[in-house]
Amino acid sequence: MEALNAATLGRDRGGPAQPLLSVRRLVKHFGGRRSFSGRGIRGAVHAVDDVSFDVAKGQTLGIVGESGCGKSTLARLIMQIIPADAGEFLFDGEVVGAHALDLVAYRREVQMVFQDSYASLNPRLTVEETVAFGPRVHGLSQRAAIARAHDLISRVGLDPARFAARYPHELSGGQRQRVNIARALALQPRLVILDEAVSALDKSVEAQVLNLLIDLKSEFGLTYVFISHDLNVVRFMSDRVLVMYLGKVVELGPSDVLLGAPRHPYTMALLASMPSMDPDRRITEPPLFGDPPSPIDPPSGCRFHTRCKFAAPVCAATEPVLAEIAPAHRAACFLATPGSGHPQAGSIA
Amino acid sequence: MTKTWMAGTSPAMTVEKIVPARRIGRGYWAGVGRRLLRDPVALAAAFVIIGIVFAAILAPWLGFADPYRGSMLRRLRPIADAVYRLGSDELGRDMLSRLVYGGRLSLLMGLLPVVLAFFVGSAIGIVSGFVGGRVNTVIMRTVDVFYAFPSVLLAIALSGALGAGIFNAIVSLTIVFTPLIARVAESVTTQIRTRDYVEAARVSGAGPLAIIRVHVLGNVLGPIFVYATSLISVSMILASGLSFLGLGSKPPEPEWGLMLNTLRTAIYVQPLVAALPGAMIFVTSIAFNLLSDGLRSAMEVK
Repeated sequence: MEALNAATLGRDRGGPAQPLLSVRRLVKHFGGRRSFSGRGIRGAVHAVDDVSFDVAKGQTLGIVGESGCGKSTLARLIMQIIPADAGEFLFDGEVVGAHALDLVAYRREVQMVFQDSYASLNPRLTVEETVAFGPRVHGLSQRAAIARAHDLISRVGLDPARFAARYPHELSGGQRQRVNIARALALQPRLVILDEAVSALDKSVEAQVLNLLIDLKSEFGLTYVFISHDLNVVRFMSDRVLVMYLGKVVELGPSDVLLGAPRHPYTMALLASMPSMDPDRRITEPPLFGDPPSPIDPPSGCRFHTRCKFAAPVCAATEPVLAEIAPAHRAACFLATPGSGHPQAGSIA
Repeated sequence: MTKTWMAGTSPAMTVEKIVPARRIGRGYWAGVGRRLLRDPVALAAAFVIIGIVFAAILAPWLGFADPYRGSMLRRLRPIADAVYRLGSDELGRDMLSRLVYGGRLSLLMGLLPVVLAFFVGSAIGIVSGFVGGRVNTVIMRTVDVFYAFPSVLLAIALSGALGAGIFNAIVSLTIVFTPLIARVAESVTTQIRTRDYVEAARVSGAGPLAIIRVHVLGNVLGPIFVYATSLISVSMILASGLSFLGLGSKPPEPEWGLMLNTLRTAIYVQPLVAALPGAMIFVTSIAFNLLSDGLRSAMEVK
């Protein structure tokens, strides 16, 4: 274990203050065709639009938002599974894809756990073959790769003697997701993207896997990007939280501050939509009406203004910037910035 | 850095744990085999095929009459004749012997084109489906050109253009089946390509060849194989058809399609004898089809 930690720590370049991953002005649009008049592209899905954030070393950044807000696209962009239209990634100070950090080296540093534990395991490979595949392609001998696979299978809480030779269909959902975690860790990454990694699991199994993730994080010195639509889970896991709405970052801050005293109406609505355990505090009226607007040609100005109960004319006219409203806390809302032209600006704090 | 990341195996590992765990009899194909053995229809079909294949291969040692030696005096004898158990043909040759020997060429011409097309078509389809995009479009539209012709017509046209003969018949049948298999291979590969486990493999830094070898082939070859087995009967019928038309094997070779042709003049004299080669083609191709169906359902279970 010391050897693993040393291997991870030995790769640190910029010191603890340098973010492990910096995402700068990331843009991804899908599809769309050139309009007849030839003015720009029409009908494209704005999956991720001008997103910037940092992930500090050893921390967990939670990413929340409704279905279709671009969370999974963001994960795939970070993993370089799909190419970005614009923007750049800095990994520990190095530009990803540049000479100093090519894609193969980057992929050793960053790994991902997918949501669907069954679809993300090859049905024809045994557990140990799946986990050993990454080390094998990076040049480890078969024997050493299998040894590492067994080591990791036991680290994620499965007995190699019982589980190494099993096929995915012989495992439960929680066991499969443990295998996926072992597979992600097999390359000794420094950053792990967890894309709804526990969303498909039962609550009891979910809690076990979350605790496992927390243990592994300290054991291997990992940094997480934790994507989920479940605010309880995000609160449990994250140091900082990023809230996305229709491809935009609407609020970003420390998780206790952001989830305790949200400043963006969308974050408030998300929090209000959490089921309450207290019957007296149950809300009868849904905090948000309807589905989010289509990400094809999203609303003008603030993208949330069509569903926001504080919407004012300024919200439809201009787009709010993600401004610092408190130390390390940013929100993209006219309400939160005094003098923005919103009649209630500064009143909610 | 390339060195440090590999240094992580913990020293506590004991040696016996390193050995890959045993999984004999638990793999996917073992399961398919088990289910196939429980399917009586597929099992019967397999026995028929094995019987015909072995009889054809071992024919010279099974004590059959010379399939080439005719007798002008004993032509077109009926079935259950004292000398000829299945009658004799229009040149007085032993039908039983010719049917057994005929299996050699008929099976060869039924199987070989499918086997060749399986390799060529799978390679084309898997590469095309895995690469995707423009390359896929170019390859698959080219394949579609062949696909557009009815297979019988294409087989006859190619055989006619290449000239009569067994080799040319096999080549033309291979060309007929390659696009069919390439299409199936392309569509299953396209499905597999977007699976999460293929993305996970990409993310782990594996190159396309490693991904195809480890993650694509194992999931793609099964369905392609099943489809190919269903083509064997088509291939046999087409091959017989080519021989019937004089584009495949030549007299006096015993071959079922050719025998049908030469016996067709005897259809009013000895209809049952004249129908025997057709019955062989029918039984063999039905057996291959039933086995293919059994294989398909044995492989569908997760």
